[in-house]
Amino acid sequence: MSKTLLEPPSGWNRRHLLGLQDLSVDELRTLLDTAQQLKEATNNCREKLSLLAGKTCANLFFENSTRTRNSFSLAAKRLGADTVEFSSSGSSVAKGETFIDTAKTIEAMGVDWVVTRHQTPGTPHLLARELSCSVLNAGDGPHEHPTQGLLDILTIRQHRGNIDGLTVALVGDIAHSRTARSNIWGLKKLGAHVILCGPSTLVSHRWRELDVEVAYSLDEILPRCDVLNLLRIQFERQTTRPFPSVHEYANLYAMNADRMRRSKSDILIMAPGPINRGVEITPEVADGPHSVILEQVTNGIAVRMAALWLLANAPHNSSSSEPIVH
Amino acid sequence: MTPLLIENGRLVDPSQSIDRVARVLVTGGLIAAINPDDGDLPPNVRRIDARGRIVAPGLIDLGTELREPGREEDETIETGGNAALAGGFTTILCAANTYPPIDSPGAVEFVRQKAQRARTCRIHVIACLSRGREGVDMAELGLLAEAGAVGFSDAPRPTSNSALLKKALEYCHMLDLPIYDLPLVPELTGSGVMHEGRVSTILGLQGLPTEAEDLAVTRDLRLAEATGGRLHIGPISTLQGVELIKRAKQRGISISASVWPQTLSSMTDRELESFDARFKVRPPLRNERHIEVCREALIDGTIDCISTGHTPRAREKKVNDLDLAPFGMVSLETTLASINTDMIRSGLLSWPDAITRLSTRPAEIAGVPGGSLKPGSPADIVIIDPDVAWTVRGDEFQSRSNSTPWEGKELFGQATHAIVGGEVRFERHA
Repeated sequence: MSKTLLEPPSGWNRRHLLGLQDLSVDELRTLLDTAQQLKEATNNCREKLSLLAGKTCANLFFENSTRTRNSFSLAAKRLGADTVEFSSSGSSVAKGETFIDTAKTIEAMGVDWVVTRHQTPGTPHLLARELSCSVLNAGDGPHEHPTQGLLDILTIRQHRGNIDGLTVALVGDIAHSRTARSNIWGLKKLGAHVILCGPSTLVSHRWRELDVEVAYSLDEILPRCDVLNLLRIQFERQTTRPFPSVHEYANLYAMNADRMRRSKSDILIMAPGPINRGVEITPEVADGPHSVILEQVTNGIAVRMAALWLLANAPHNSSSSEPIVH
Repeated sequence: MTPLLIENGRLVDPSQSIDRVARVLVTGGLIAAINPDDGDLPPNVRRIDARGRIVAPGLIDLGTELREPGREEDETIETGGNAALAGGFTTILCAANTYPPIDSPGAVEFVRQKAQRARTCRIHVIACLSRGREGVDMAELGLLAEAGAVGFSDAPRPTSNSALLKKALEYCHMLDLPIYDLPLVPELTGSGVMHEGRVSTILGLQGLPTEAEDLAVTRDLRLAEATGGRLHIGPISTLQGVELIKRAKQRGISISASVWPQTLSSMTDRELESFDARFKVRPPLRNERHIEVCREALIDGTIDCISTGHTPRAREKKVNDLDLAPFGMVSLETTLASINTDMIRSGLLSWPDAITRLSTRPAEIAGVPGGSLKPGSPADIVIIDPDVAWTVRGDEFQSRSNSTPWEGKELFGQATHAIVGGEVRFERHA
């Protein structure tokens, strides 16, 4: 079934979505409200609209991804757009071409958005300077993953109605997490108290400079938390082993049934996925009544639809050249 | 060779404690006289009016990468020499990180012959400290010295092998030549791309911690003390490194140290917020605390001199993401102006002190001619317009590469003439 409805919200002027750090509170709310509206209009992201018919979205993934790539693809298709898929393995990048030249080549085929994932921080920012079309950051190394941050916040908002005043703990591999870096900016702007929790080798004391709480004991902070977002240990990004063993990590930081009993009765359990069962989270918690992990996945499509739609309707001469560190 | 009379300029020669308007007569490639009598002028003398400008000993750089042979896409001996002249440098010491590296007398000879043919600035060779720059066995330092090498270093690779460094410092006693060490513990830098700190934490970029430099400085100082060898440490970029050197000098340890211009500039690690590989330089752009301390150390003499850190990398290598783009910047043509803009015009450094750190002291450390305009000295002279404002455009450089963190920035001051052995080899036309 194809539906047409909705007017794009006014006041959105960005052509790129590179991170949450440089978004205003109003822009964050516009993205979340639009995602909510699209989720309802598409019956939980299952039906198609034709708001972006005739447009093309290119997924340029220089780093492996399954869920984010499929989520962006589905989001584009649910709005009536076509998609182009690119992955770096076996491509011209493997032959020595720079990612910028690859992106320019794909753009020259006529695309309206480039959704990009890359292992190096800042690559979407470089593309935004080099390309004429809109650029969406689907994860740049450990830097930012704005749509993941938005879908996390949207999920919290759906359950709690508001972000202001909540205590949200991000637990795990903060050092290598783009999800953490987007969540921090988004949550703080909307009024949450953010706690970063994990081994001290993965949670730098420097984060305190950003007005977040840093904690090394999950058990100590647990009673205060309204939300726990359990981040995956990114072994693939680590150059040296940050803790003695997975067993030790799981003992100190895994969310399990015992810790659930010591938590607030309405605590929300989140994870950006993929989850390592038994490392960050035990199966009974991942599949339990407090877990909203699969809702996050559904909200991911709504958030990405919102982002694509808003960027498509932004004035063409607008930019995202604001400073990205405040 | 046409005799020269440089007149009406402000002569700044720290080696003679001169800072006044004076005339300089050059004949036969040498400084003939300061303020000669008119009757002593040769009949066909060429007059250069240096009114409003500074006349000083030509600048000397202790660390230039020339990249030839093997990486001519980055720089050649000729283009690097021309870039040096345009920046006011009449003498440079070239690094040994060529391909193959300069670890044989033949390789030293190659560079010296190419340099002679290019007829740009004077080019001296810093040869490898270890065979193949592999950091294991000493290169044939004696034979390299006989071939004309003026010092030894594996830079930009640090000398990680402490036993090698100690042995080489002892061995170089008999050669009376310095060893240049880049202070870095590579195990601590890993794949870092920028200063480790608040900004790198936010950006998710791998950091280069200051401890990597501080630990190496500690070791280097201890080995210099133990051996009494001639050790030059640089570039220094951390406040702790400065503190260590200051204490070592107070204890009488004979070492020298240098700083690169980006460490003295007003640019901080926040430049990396642009994710632009032009700012991927090593030592990395640090934060204000380190900058301030390094500036103070240069002013009070704890740090002896300024080297350019000219590390050219071809455009195609720098147009990439930060992880893949190499460290490096061209800086022969901006060093003078950046020091003038950041240090001299702001009142932190006088012109005589700047010339001391860019010419006189480097000549002493390297043991090469230059750094003075005393009568009888080689006539290596730079004439500087200190007030001219210009915007940095890498594409306009003499260097073959163009990546500079100063791109697009306005700087003040430029060399208008570079004179080598009495011959005007560079002249900037307005």
